[in-house]
Amino acid sequence: MSDISKKSLSELVKLIKKKEIKSEELTQSFIKNINNDNKLNSFITICSEEALKKSKSFDKSPKLDLLLPGIPIAVKDLFCTQGIKTTAGSKMLENFVPNYESTVTKNLWNEGAFLLGKLNCDEYAMGSSNETSYFGNVMNPIAENTVPGGSSGGSASALAADQTPTTIGTDTGGSIRQPASFTGTVGLKPTYGLCSRWGIVAFASSLDQAGPMTKTVEDSALMLEAMASFDKKDSTSINKKKENYFKNLNHNIRGLKIGIPKEYRVDGMPKEIDALWENGKKILKDSGVEIVDISLPNTKYALPTYYIVAPAEASSNLARYDGVKYGFRSAKGNNLIEMYENTRSEGFGDEVKRRILIGTYVLSSGYYEAYYLKAQKVRQLIKEDFDQSFKKVDAILTPSTPSSAFKIGEKKGDPISMYLNDIFTVPVNLAGIPAISIPAGIDKNNYPLGLQLIGRPLDEQKLLNIAYSMQKKINFKQSINRWWEN
Amino acid sequence: MNKENKKYLIEGEKGKWEVVIGLEVHAQVISNSKLFSGSSTKFGAEPNTQVSLVDSAFPGMLPVINEYCIHQAIKTGLGLNAKINLHSVFDRKNYFYADLPQGYQISQYKNPIVGEGEVTLDLQGESKKIGIERLHLEQDAGKSIHDMDPSNTFVDLNRSGVALMEIVSKPDLRSPDEVNAYVKKLRSIMRYLGTCDGNMQEGSLRADVNVSVRKEGDTNLGTRCEIKNVNSIKFMQMAIIYEAQRQVELLESGKKINQETRLFDTKKNETRSMRSKEDAHDYRYFPDPDLLPLNIDNKLIEKIKKNLPELPDQKKERFINEYSLSAYEANILVSEKEISDYFEEVVKTSDKKLAKNWIIGELFASLNEKNISISDSPITSVKMAQLIDCITLGVISGRTAKEVFEIMKETGEEPRKIIESKGLQQKSDPKELEKIIDQVIIDNKDKVAQYKSGKDKLFGFFVGQVMKDSGGKANPQLVNEILKQKLK
Repeated sequence: MSDISKKSLSELVKLIKKKEIKSEELTQSFIKNINNDNKLNSFITICSEEALKKSKSFDKSPKLDLLLPGIPIAVKDLFCTQGIKTTAGSKMLENFVPNYESTVTKNLWNEGAFLLGKLNCDEYAMGSSNETSYFGNVMNPIAENTVPGGSSGGSASALAADQTPTTIGTDTGGSIRQPASFTGTVGLKPTYGLCSRWGIVAFASSLDQAGPMTKTVEDSALMLEAMASFDKKDSTSINKKKENYFKNLNHNIRGLKIGIPKEYRVDGMPKEIDALWENGKKILKDSGVEIVDISLPNTKYALPTYYIVAPAEASSNLARYDGVKYGFRSAKGNNLIEMYENTRSEGFGDEVKRRILIGTYVLSSGYYEAYYLKAQKVRQLIKEDFDQSFKKVDAILTPSTPSSAFKIGEKKGDPISMYLNDIFTVPVNLAGIPAISIPAGIDKNNYPLGLQLIGRPLDEQKLLNIAYSMQKKINFKQSINRWWEN
Repeated sequence: MNKENKKYLIEGEKGKWEVVIGLEVHAQVISNSKLFSGSSTKFGAEPNTQVSLVDSAFPGMLPVINEYCIHQAIKTGLGLNAKINLHSVFDRKNYFYADLPQGYQISQYKNPIVGEGEVTLDLQGESKKIGIERLHLEQDAGKSIHDMDPSNTFVDLNRSGVALMEIVSKPDLRSPDEVNAYVKKLRSIMRYLGTCDGNMQEGSLRADVNVSVRKEGDTNLGTRCEIKNVNSIKFMQMAIIYEAQRQVELLESGKKINQETRLFDTKKNETRSMRSKEDAHDYRYFPDPDLLPLNIDNKLIEKIKKNLPELPDQKKERFINEYSLSAYEANILVSEKEISDYFEEVVKTSDKKLAKNWIIGELFASLNEKNISISDSPITSVKMAQLIDCITLGVISGRTAKEVFEIMKETGEEPRKIIESKGLQQKSDPKELEKIIDQVIIDNKDKVAQYKSGKDKLFGFFVGQVMKDSGGKANPQLVNEILKQKLK
């Protein structure tokens, strides 16, 4: 079985359960792919030895009734992993080794999976192209010198390049869905509070949410089932009983109503994306779904609102990286203040500094009301737009991104155009609702394009079912030629 | 004494000035674990041994509210006759300091858990109500230790994250004495409730003192200065006296008061500028997104209310009615829960009037003399009751009781043992007393004659003689009775 690493997670789980493959064999094949790559830069830390050890001990006494038996998984380097360096893509945490395990990764390990490595990402998850990482750019396997999206860029790249059978990312404004769209993979941002934030390096607490990044919708359902849990250690965690997303996955979407928001038809959007969206509608209609035109009138305020709320929270969340307790400390400075200044000047990259400055500004006395408080009010309006729409429709269909993957460096000097990448994904985070991006077509360069389905709070099952049904009809095929392997 | 004289005023060169004081008291909540983590709050542990990942702000760590601390805050709010807010919010107060691991303190800014209330002070028989502006919950910071090493500062995070209640008064206080009474009353209420131990030496209770002055009769508030982090009532009073004088001198010389934060130097007995209003921190408060707003159920408040212990003011009323105490006496006896408990244990078995007199008189004097609290007194409530019973049963006279008390306060012995071993038992046998009295009458025939001819005053002389001859042990009541008969 030479192409074992190309298989989907759920296929691999089935093979392991049928004892047709062993965990060690599986792990070896992913490690081989990781080692064959010296261009993508998707990994910050590779845990080959530990992973092989775990796979062998799994094979010795396999527990086959778990959701992820013997599955090696690499995760975004924002999840704290016990005894394994956790950098958040920053010099500040270059050598930081937590002695605790995030709830989400612990949940995965409890289902039989084990850690394969830590994946590159934008510094503190701030970025849309994985160009802000202290550990360097990540390339998109679809073509040399294209970005994989961000901030979960390393995750998307490693997944598309068959270096991990599945992965997890975090999504604050689109950081799972946009890279999924750029790499032809499936990315799900769950309802805020469905997956615990405990042990995930925080960017913007009221928006951050972990979610699965997978090759297929089935895999997404399987991973979500494994990740999600109520966690007393996270005060914003939702107390609800576990759901069997994977088992309950089905194609029964006939009779559902799906909304098409007119505000997502933005100026200058490539025709290909328009066509992709039209095709999505057609597929849904063919499945017996009713397409309904809807309006989300406050959409145009989402991006500015996001770029006030997220930096405000980040400016405070990142105050703890001060060189006093752990992480990087500058060798320069004659007193406490100088130590702070030098540590934070040298330890943070430009994008992180930019957002700390924006966040500090919008929270400052005299500006708080005009920016932060106003943004919170608008955020409420955006949420109400969705609430209103969900009285009429079961889900909303939009493009995932306004463009396909761009070239490395193309937008780096222009933060606004970079931020515009998140225009379709950001409103979902502000509203705290779930959304999934699935690969739905290609552009003229053969680069993948994604469609996004947005659902009601905690309505992940329905979203997955619609996505599952569309996936079957779209039948998207990756056309990656593994150019990075010599 | 008329009212005018009682008012605390500063005599300036250009008239009299009134001092206006408001207090922000920081009271450490009695709780086994911290406000947002499970770490212990015990005082005096080795540095950095009571620190969780949350307290030291490791990446990805999240605060979880300790519900017990919420209950304690509600309890305290009810004790201050205050409004409990059903909806309150935790905010982040952002600033950088080495002993503040998160880079922000979780506090309550716009929506505190407790709103307006009031505390009644008893000032030399007069009562005065002091308004409470609010009470909110917040985290304490760690400690920076600057004097362990000439070139390094050490940080101890044991205190980091411990729950504090900040109790803000209205600017209703007018003198150092009122401040003394206010802090003691707050402390007493919280000790009754078991919400703060009020131990100022351990820093469980400290205050920021806001001071301004105005011409007597003015109704507008002057510009205030805030004296930070004063940790004893005496220092609060000293700081106020110094600061008010400083402000009066500035104003009388035509200068203005700068609104600023000041420090009290206890060695030099002066306040010094720490930072001006212009240099004040911009704390960039905003609601903590890691915590949901705090919504309190009315049922919880009712439940806590039902289980509230009797508070000093209620107890005072009851003591006045039940034990016929004066307001003054009742005030003293309810000032601390331990004292009122002691008193009630004594009166459970023994004479009320004697109990109050002995506790307020001899017992307090001995405690003051030894500088110990009532709970450390060698004379326990049981022994005190025994001593009083000895008086009421006529075993010893009040005067002998004082002798016994003197021994008890040193040795803690039981009164009956002392009486027995020292042979202090009162002579109450009428026949024995008659013998002594007869002898006194025989020895003083001339005085007897004078007495009988109308010199009533001499009765005291006879009593004195009898007591003297009995070695002070004669039961004075009996002596009176027998003497009166014999001298008829």
